Amino acid sequence: MNAPLNPVAEHLAGYNFAYLDEATKRMIRRALLKAVAIPGHQVPFGAREMPLPYGWGTGGIQVTAAVLGPRDVLKVIDQGADDTTNAVSIRRFFGRVAGVRTTDRTREATIIQTRHRIPETALREGQVLVYQVPMPEPLFKLEPRVSETTRLHALGDYGLMQVKLYEDIVQHGEVATAYNHPVMVNGRYLMSPSPIPSFDNPKMHMNPALQLFGAGREKRIYAVPPYTEVRSLDFEDHPFRPIRAPHACELCGSTESYLDEVITDDQGGRIFVCSDTDYCAERRGE
Amino acid sequence: MQPGFSDPVLDAQSAFRAVLEAMSHPGRIIPVAPAPLPPVPLSPAMGAVALALADADTPLWHDAGAEAGDWLRFHAGSPLAEAPRAMFLLATGTPPALAGLNLGTEEAPQEGATLLLAVKSLRPAGVLRLRGPGIQHETALGVEGLPEGFWAERAALRPLFPCGLDIILCCDSQIAAIPRTTEVV
Repeated sequence: MNAPLNPVAEHLAGYNFAYLDEATKRMIRRALLKAVAIPGHQVPFGAREMPLPYGWGTGGIQVTAAVLGPRDVLKVIDQGADDTTNAVSIRRFFGRVAGVRTTDRTREATIIQTRHRIPETALREGQVLVYQVPMPEPLFKLEPRVSETTRLHALGDYGLMQVKLYEDIVQHGEVATAYNHPVMVNGRYLMSPSPIPSFDNPKMHMNPALQLFGAGREKRIYAVPPYTEVRSLDFEDHPFRPIRAPHACELCGSTESYLDEVITDDQGGRIFVCSDTDYCAERRGE
Repeated sequence: MQPGFSDPVLDAQSAFRAVLEAMSHPGRIIPVAPAPLPPVPLSPAMGAVALALADADTPLWHDAGAEAGDWLRFHAGSPLAEAPRAMFLLATGTPPALAGLNLGTEEAPQEGATLLLAVKSLRPAGVLRLRGPGIQHETALGVEGLPEGFWAERAALRPLFPCGLDIILCCDSQIAAIPRTTEVV
């Protein structure tokens, strides 16, 4: 017998490494490679039922399971935090079914599965960021028919979205999307960045890390390779502006990070704290 | 019959990660290890990529002869197909005409084939200049053993984007990927 190849721990007996069977992993891996080869294009895949409900990251978790190896170090965040229910469950899931090392530290991680944030700490080459995506189709609120949006993507016809942004400006004086602001990838495909705050959109542009997106219920995978142009949709006279609460973090004092507003009492008291818990803890020297 | 992966789960995972890294950084030479020892003329890298990605769902074309064909059929279980219908093509000699392969459609460009191409050598410095997604500025690649006019034939497909072919160059136990987005000059 060979010695166990897993350097950390044996994974749970009775399950294949990283939960999914090998035929499913191969299918997801083929979809991932085509997604990387066609940046921003949504590749259909045969999403499986996972042991967690839709909306909890079934797409992200399948992408992570197909990519993950025994030498990876996994970090999972939910809205920037490592210690929320969703993040803790998914981290523990892979700790058990793959025996991989997990971490809270952005710097130490090789794979980061995220729900709705990009870490504040700059990512580096070789890291993989896996987004959980509830709705991969950026046009679905404007055109509900999948057959029609598929055609619009084939034609590169994104006039609908431009008109929607224009109407926002006419009605509100500015583009009224604080999150999930659509982006153009490599000048060809309109892509939903998943519901990350528009504050995070610029981080996608020319990022050295590989960005993979998994939508379980909608059964779509898409990707942004490293060093790829990602432009937030805007107009020359109304350029895209990332939104950030004009405060400093109550805990670490950062004036650069994305902030969560926290209600502290029933007298109207409120504080602003970093959404990225690892970034905040590191700044406080923890 | 030569064996396939010694650990089908973990070896397939590391081979896939090598391909993922290669696709994410076009023109970068990536080692595939551990790789199986397939019958000649298949190289360990080409064998590893095929076993990691091909299965009963992926029609496959190859020009590697009967012994290699048996090995692929036994370990991957892929149905054999004519070149225009294949999802994976393993070319150890002159590749089939690129324009005749499955390039996908505008609505489903992901159906474009993946061409695994055996080459004599891969060097990180060379006359080819690569640009596109995955490459920060420009990267250089030296490839020996491709038929004359190959890059011109590939360049003729570029206007068809998002339709196209994704190419994985294989040499011994190394690969370098040229996805359809990469501009080669």
